[in-house]
Amino acid sequence: MHLSPDQVIFWQHGLFKLNATIVFTWGLMLVLSAGSMLITRNLSQGLERSRWQNLVEIVVTGINTQIAEVGLKDPKPYLPFLGTLFIFVAAAAVATILPGYEPPTASLSTTVALALSVFVAVPLFGIEADGLRGYLGSYIRPTPLMLPFNIISELSRTLALAVRLFGNMMSGAMIIGILLTITPFVFPIVMTALGLLTGMVQAYIFSILAAVYIAAATRARRPKPPAVAA
Amino acid sequence: MDSMTLVAMTSIVIAGLTTAIGCMMPALSEGKSVASALTALAQQPDASATITRTLFVGLAMIESTAIYCFVVSMILLFANPFWNHAIASVAGK
Repeated sequence: MHLSPDQVIFWQHGLFKLNATIVFTWGLMLVLSAGSMLITRNLSQGLERSRWQNLVEIVVTGINTQIAEVGLKDPKPYLPFLGTLFIFVAAAAVATILPGYEPPTASLSTTVALALSVFVAVPLFGIEADGLRGYLGSYIRPTPLMLPFNIISELSRTLALAVRLFGNMMSGAMIIGILLTITPFVFPIVMTALGLLTGMVQAYIFSILAAVYIAAATRARRPKPPAVAA
Repeated sequence: MDSMTLVAMTSIVIAGLTTAIGCMMPALSEGKSVASALTALAQQPDASATITRTLFVGLAMIESTAIYCFVVSMILLFANPFWNHAIASVAGK
């Protein structure tokens, strides 16, 4: 039994290893980008559209409304980043129905990379919205006493993002592996279905949390809206 | 009892305890949050989108504590750093 797809090595030459994480990540990236290229090659604006265009439109509008509901009123600049996060994590989870596949998100390296991109993107979006001074000012609010805690929370939530996704995906694979040795007949299928659900929920959570962090960074400086039931 | 047995025994016992306590407490708190979300949903069905989203985010936050415990117990069982140290010290004797 192996803990992560990092330990499945397909090909090795000296220090250079080609493990399952890299292979499946690139496979997913290929499928996703080739698929979206093929679908968006001839988009129609009329009432007659292809099934694939409908699918992509549902996904994109769904992500759009979700981002807008979190509090980013104009979701357009954030859609590519958050949408890519969601679609990648969701596709990595859904593809577990293919035999022989292992989700690359079950490796801590992938999830740390995704969390680090959120960690970098939050200040970038914040600076874009409020300027450098405005963004840095959000660290010493309400009082400069809060500065270390704000920095710690920035770091710890990145760690939490990475470990949460890793733990959920790894535990799914792990539980199925353990169940296969105990009750190899029906029960693993039920747990696979549960794993699909968990994967989708985790993809949702990951992108929503990233959106919440970005929203918190971008509206830090603006005057507070009157207290409505949030 | 030599050091290898001690390390193995401690790791297994602590891994079990970690999973047990780490499942109990998040389960209780998740149940509490779902119950109050259901109450809120019954009182204000119009706000269901907001309530559901907040519930999911909150559940993920709570569940991540359980996941931390799970990861720690998996490390103790399958990738124990002290285990290698104990093996090295026994082999070095």
